[in-house]
Amino acid sequence: MTAELVRGQNHPLSEVRLEIRISAGVPVVAGATLGDEQGTVHGTEWVAHPGAPALPGIEVSRQAAAEHRLAVDLAALPEAVHRLDVFLALPTGTAGPLRFGAVPAPHTAVSGRDGTEIASYTLTGLDTEAAVLALELYRRQGAWKVRALGQGYAAGLAALLADQGLHDAADLAAAVQEAVTDRLARAVPAPSTAFDPHTAPAHDPLAASADPQVTSGPGPAEPTPPYPLRPDDSADASRADQHLRATGPDHQHSGGPVDYTHPRRAHRTPPPPSPTAAPAADGEPAQPVAGDAVGWTMEERLYNQVWGMFEDLARTTAAYRSAVDFADSRLEKELDQLLADPRLRLGTGADDAREVAHARHTQLTDQARAAFDRDLAQLTAEAEVVEPALPPAYARWDNPVWHAYRSPAEPPMALRLGDLHLPESVPLSIPLLVRLPLERGLWIDSGPTPGDDFRADSAELRHLAMETAAALAARLLAVHPPGEFAVQVIDPAGAGSRALLPLTRSGVLGAPPGAGAAGVAQVLESLTRRVDLVQMAMRGGMAEALPADVDTAQQLLIVNDFPHGFDDRAVTRLRYLADEGPAVGVHLLLVADREDATAYGPLLDPLWRSLLRLTPLPDDHLADPWIGHAWTFEPSLVPVGSRVLEEVLAEVARSRTKYR
Amino acid sequence: MSVNLSKGQAISLEKKDGASLSAVRMGLGWQAAKRRGLFGSRTREIDLDASAVLFAEKQPVDVVFFRHLVSDDGSVRHTGDNLVGGVGQGGDDEAILVDLQRVPVHIDQIVFTVNSFTGQTFQEVQNAFCRLVDETNGQELARYTLAGGGEYTAQIMAKVHRAGSGWTMTAIGTPANGRTFQDLMPAILPHL
Repeated sequence: MTAELVRGQNHPLSEVRLEIRISAGVPVVAGATLGDEQGTVHGTEWVAHPGAPALPGIEVSRQAAAEHRLAVDLAALPEAVHRLDVFLALPTGTAGPLRFGAVPAPHTAVSGRDGTEIASYTLTGLDTEAAVLALELYRRQGAWKVRALGQGYAAGLAALLADQGLHDAADLAAAVQEAVTDRLARAVPAPSTAFDPHTAPAHDPLAASADPQVTSGPGPAEPTPPYPLRPDDSADASRADQHLRATGPDHQHSGGPVDYTHPRRAHRTPPPPSPTAAPAADGEPAQPVAGDAVGWTMEERLYNQVWGMFEDLARTTAAYRSAVDFADSRLEKELDQLLADPRLRLGTGADDAREVAHARHTQLTDQARAAFDRDLAQLTAEAEVVEPALPPAYARWDNPVWHAYRSPAEPPMALRLGDLHLPESVPLSIPLLVRLPLERGLWIDSGPTPGDDFRADSAELRHLAMETAAALAARLLAVHPPGEFAVQVIDPAGAGSRALLPLTRSGVLGAPPGAGAAGVAQVLESLTRRVDLVQMAMRGGMAEALPADVDTAQQLLIVNDFPHGFDDRAVTRLRYLADEGPAVGVHLLLVADREDATAYGPLLDPLWRSLLRLTPLPDDHLADPWIGHAWTFEPSLVPVGSRVLEEVLAEVARSRTKYR
Repeated sequence: MSVNLSKGQAISLEKKDGASLSAVRMGLGWQAAKRRGLFGSRTREIDLDASAVLFAEKQPVDVVFFRHLVSDDGSVRHTGDNLVGGVGQGGDDEAILVDLQRVPVHIDQIVFTVNSFTGQTFQEVQNAFCRLVDETNGQELARYTLAGGGEYTAQIMAKVHRAGSGWTMTAIGTPANGRTFQDLMPAILPHL
């Protein structure tokens, strides 16, 4: 049982050999200071840091990494040591963020050597701090305990160390940062925080559910249960804030009755104000503005705004549908009552009463429609200003931003998979944005859509599905900095070569698509090895020890026509990649018709369920997380006749050569 | 200047200048009654829950409570469950925010209730109140004290209902018994 600590809380430690895991969304420096009974750190030799990683009883990583595992042996610490403080700092020598407020909340966990988690603590609410004391292990009457600290320092590591009583804190801080810069290996993919239910949702807007396709052979397809889409928690909360509370940056800092701010620390500065809609005249909706949501960056604000629009559209549609349903059922009831009333069965009274009932029905549905149209108009106006302001990762392929495309320096926080709309909302649709790195694989269904399989024949559907996959892969390649994302393809029968042309011709693929059973085996083998090695390196906290031939870029594996060309061994490998890959930056994009895999029976059900199903043609199988409406998904495709994809991929290939 | 409501008293939510209210908050605050004795500091925790039930012509359509914090249409929002009460002096421990302009057209009454989830009667609760606040300027419109708390575990507090083009609030203040709003439905229906 893990104890989820809050700031200031402590928890007893029953073991002396411990592992402290730290995961942040970006590379951070981790270290530890050893203090005596009074908490004084007597000198730089009492500090474990990347420049001096091993002290008796504690070992830290030599470099900045998004994931750390510190080995602690409390029994091996010098007798004089009564406190061990674990600190985190952002590396200063890189282009990375300089304050913790701009990165995901770091998560720390203390576990025994057998991996059982004893206590965990997420450092939320950080802002301008560049260094933070995360945890303290301390000795009290012979027994060790862990305390969640979360004490941040805006002035950085030097201030943190000075606060620990070190006289030459500035020199030590500089030495630490220098050691990190020297060893700065390019980041192994940012870790997932899947083991923590509190931070996971931020990275996992989409959740698996029962799979829509029917496996029990041919027959009438059942209505498809929708996939639930889970919202980003923060987006949800911030939107809620916006709705009814006075907006202002300070509500983020409202704390409990205990004031945790450090007496010697400068006051926090609020984030730059987001562009807010100008106050409108009474009774008129405010003029929409792009980026009118909370967030540290424009990108985050737009992400939150789009998810806010998604929620608003879901809710206003729920209000409309509920009102119409009510009007319908009331009309039915009133008509039934008329029939049951013997006095009215004859004569004109019945007609009049019926007319009244119908009029009441029309009046209510008209009112509901008016309210819905009002909201829809407002959301449409918002979409009209938001859509052009979107960065490439969020933008449609016909957005001019793609024409001015240049390779980015930073990976994006989310990706547009396609568009969502409801029957009532046409022509308004909402971008479907998912957080990156992808928490789970994608499955583009090349099977016939239940109900209208006459729309496209099987070969055409498979081609469309592969085209959708290629467009997604191209988008992922384009929105990542050169060298940080790679795409590998398995196309056993070569059936996808036409759809893959833009990728193969521009030379952005690392290797030609794997063909035949041998190609399948070879690609899977190399990715399996990569997952295994990176996992080992991360567990040992030695990302720099990876062999030179292991590509540290994130990998997307496109598999066409699964399970064609796969033997049992290959299927097992693929399932391993689907399960273990996302955490170490290997992602799956399956293009498959589930009918093809019926031979496997229910064995592959967990695999299908673990993937987010997308369709090459519009299909209503995705559910929003608030109401559960069935939303129609449309993939984001390059407009017919447009050369934007070729141009973007050419630019990707160019900047890639430069990078090498 | 807030109005102390007595049972059954109705107040209109129209502003003085004739404009209709746009957003109101139903706040609920309480403190656990101190127990006398050796372990005085060991007050028993009391969990009161505020709920709002949305009605369309006497049919319940939606409910906002600690398990469903936002009505499907998004117009009614619960700020979250408070399990112990007594935060600060007289502040709201739980609150339900209603965006009156966004309430779906067929919803004509919203009933606010309070339940004691942990089962203590209102005799063991101190300083319990329910108040209605104009969310746009923070002004308290009406306050209802759970005075003389009796042997009850629930109370139907008040309702806001459509009247003409605006909304009116009526204090109800009927005691009842029940753990969640479901138990209160029979007691609510006579007040619609």
